[in-house]
Amino acid sequence: MSGAGPIVVVSGLSRVFDISAPLLSRLLAREPRRTLTAVDGADFAIQRGETFGLVGESGSGKSTLARMVVGLLKPTAGHVVIERVDLARSGDKAAQRAIRRRMQMIFQDPFGSLNPRWRVGDIIAEPIRAFGADEAGARLGRRATRARVGELLELVGLHPADARKFPHEFSGGQRQRIAIARAIAVHPDFIVCDEPTSALDVSIQAQILNLMRDLQDRLGLTYLIITHNLAVVRFMANRVGVMYLGRLIEIGETEALFARPRHPYTRMLLDAVPDLAMTGLPRTPVGGEPPNPIDPPPGCPFHPRCPQAIAICRTERPAFRDNVACHLA
Amino acid sequence: MTSPLLSVRDLRVEFATRKGPLVALDGVSFDIAPGEVLGVVGESGAGKSLTGLAIIGLLDPPGRIVGGEILLDGERIDHLPPAKMRNIRGRRVGIIFQDPMTSLNPLLRIGDQIAETIMAHKSLPRKEARTQAIAWLGEVGIPSPEKRIDAYPHEFSGGMRQRVVIALALCAEPALVIADEPTTALDVSVQAQIISLLKNLTRRHGAAVMLITHDMGVIAETADRVAVMYAGRIAETGEVREVVRDPLHPYTQGLMAAIPTLEVSARRLAQIPGAMPRLSAIPPGCAFAPRCPKAFARCGERPPLIAIGDRAAACWLYERTPIGADARA
Repeated sequence: MSGAGPIVVVSGLSRVFDISAPLLSRLLAREPRRTLTAVDGADFAIQRGETFGLVGESGSGKSTLARMVVGLLKPTAGHVVIERVDLARSGDKAAQRAIRRRMQMIFQDPFGSLNPRWRVGDIIAEPIRAFGADEAGARLGRRATRARVGELLELVGLHPADARKFPHEFSGGQRQRIAIARAIAVHPDFIVCDEPTSALDVSIQAQILNLMRDLQDRLGLTYLIITHNLAVVRFMANRVGVMYLGRLIEIGETEALFARPRHPYTRMLLDAVPDLAMTGLPRTPVGGEPPNPIDPPPGCPFHPRCPQAIAICRTERPAFRDNVACHLA
Repeated sequence: MTSPLLSVRDLRVEFATRKGPLVALDGVSFDIAPGEVLGVVGESGAGKSLTGLAIIGLLDPPGRIVGGEILLDGERIDHLPPAKMRNIRGRRVGIIFQDPMTSLNPLLRIGDQIAETIMAHKSLPRKEARTQAIAWLGEVGIPSPEKRIDAYPHEFSGGMRQRVVIALALCAEPALVIADEPTTALDVSVQAQIISLLKNLTRRHGAAVMLITHDMGVIAETADRVAVMYAGRIAETGEVREVVRDPLHPYTQGLMAAIPTLEVSARRLAQIPGAMPRLSAIPPGCAFAPRCPKAFARCGERPPLIAIGDRAAACWLYERTPIGADARA
């Protein structure tokens, strides 16, 4: 880590979705507006060159948070500041465009994220055509673009001749390689990866995770990895943020967080993962399921499932202090 | 060993296509003893789900069994007429699929679905079937079952729905339950609950389980024995603890090493080069040979399952081992 300061600073970031019924039905049924707070006041920073992992179960708001970080979704409140530019609020279009080039995204489903009617070469060349080949936005001729695409394909372990093929000619793992080639085509600094290996088999997952780490070393990338798979986070991330019901409840260095989880929810998650080391051993799973985010419990959102909950947990929401949001920590 | 509850012998399933038959399962043999949990693990396309479907007679055309036999309690069930097979499904073999919504009728109250199954298979009057249905819902951990029995599937969360499906699969007290990825659609904390529920309930009712999953961690915690599948064939079978600790087949070795764990943070994951062959391009000889780091001349010929103690591996490396070299094909 080059200690050059944070590349991304997220502060007080929230997103509320309006999930009310259509106006007329709502008036007829005399229902009030209903809202869902998908992300509630998230604060964290990602340092240059590190991998920050966000983990949580479905509905915890991790994907919504990721989409706000890359600017695919406007925050309801709070800020995402990337390289000192506030993406959602800055009026400086040129600065925004420069930032957009420097961050890219890799999605979960390599079947949905590649246009089936485009040749692989065009898919990878699209960001080059949109943003130019380097920081100055230099335009590339056709031949130079083709050469660059070939170079990128080799970088991700495919063959330059694959540029002429269509996505359906590739397996899931190969498609994810194509998505990675597209993401690194315009020399980004920062890549947001939303469940990059969840759709892949374990042996293919290992190939993709190794590739992502190699590229990080070679190109000096910073990653934000969103996943529900704790083992993937353990392998990839330097620091981890744990989300529960829209709130970040614990952030820590990976080693420390896995060795000594501080929030009871983090501990529960780590205990719940079926692990090879557990072969044949009995264990007691925690009860309950994540509550409905439309109607979150008062106080600490985890208190109904928390084995250590005390009176204050039921009434007062714990502040996020010293990297953990728990009354007992 | 007592006589097996389920015995699959040299099962071969083909899909007829215009270009000739595709062999999807090739010489698959295994036994399940009464009350035993057999894990069937493999990556997508290995044929694990297909094996389950073949056993319960639900192969979709053009897929069909072209060779081998399936014995339930010593009786052949691989070519029974549909009406007879319907009697076996539910009564003697319970089924749990990945997505609980596909197993539950969204238009019927869950109590009616369970009661109907009990009535059909145990010829009980409606009232008694309903009482039993309530007891089953209680047993699978649905809170206040006498109230929830009249709820519809959509009124339950994913984890609760899977509990209902488990009740449905077990309510006719089958001797064998086939569970195909029963926890894959669930969050980790809920997955742990469902696994231990399935394990405890089947043990209490003395049912054997064929647990099909891609997740070695789930198998490691749940199963007594495991069968590892690759390209429509069994690569290795053995007691779970031994297979996890000391895999014999090079494919199993690669697979185990590729799984990231919570304990050690490695710099790189071991990876198996390439991907599993498509059905149309399964290499002659050992199907794993082109990706195998230990392949040698002999691998051009297809290896039988070679017994090593009470384990077996389809690999020439174990030819002529000192203990019990009876190569059962």
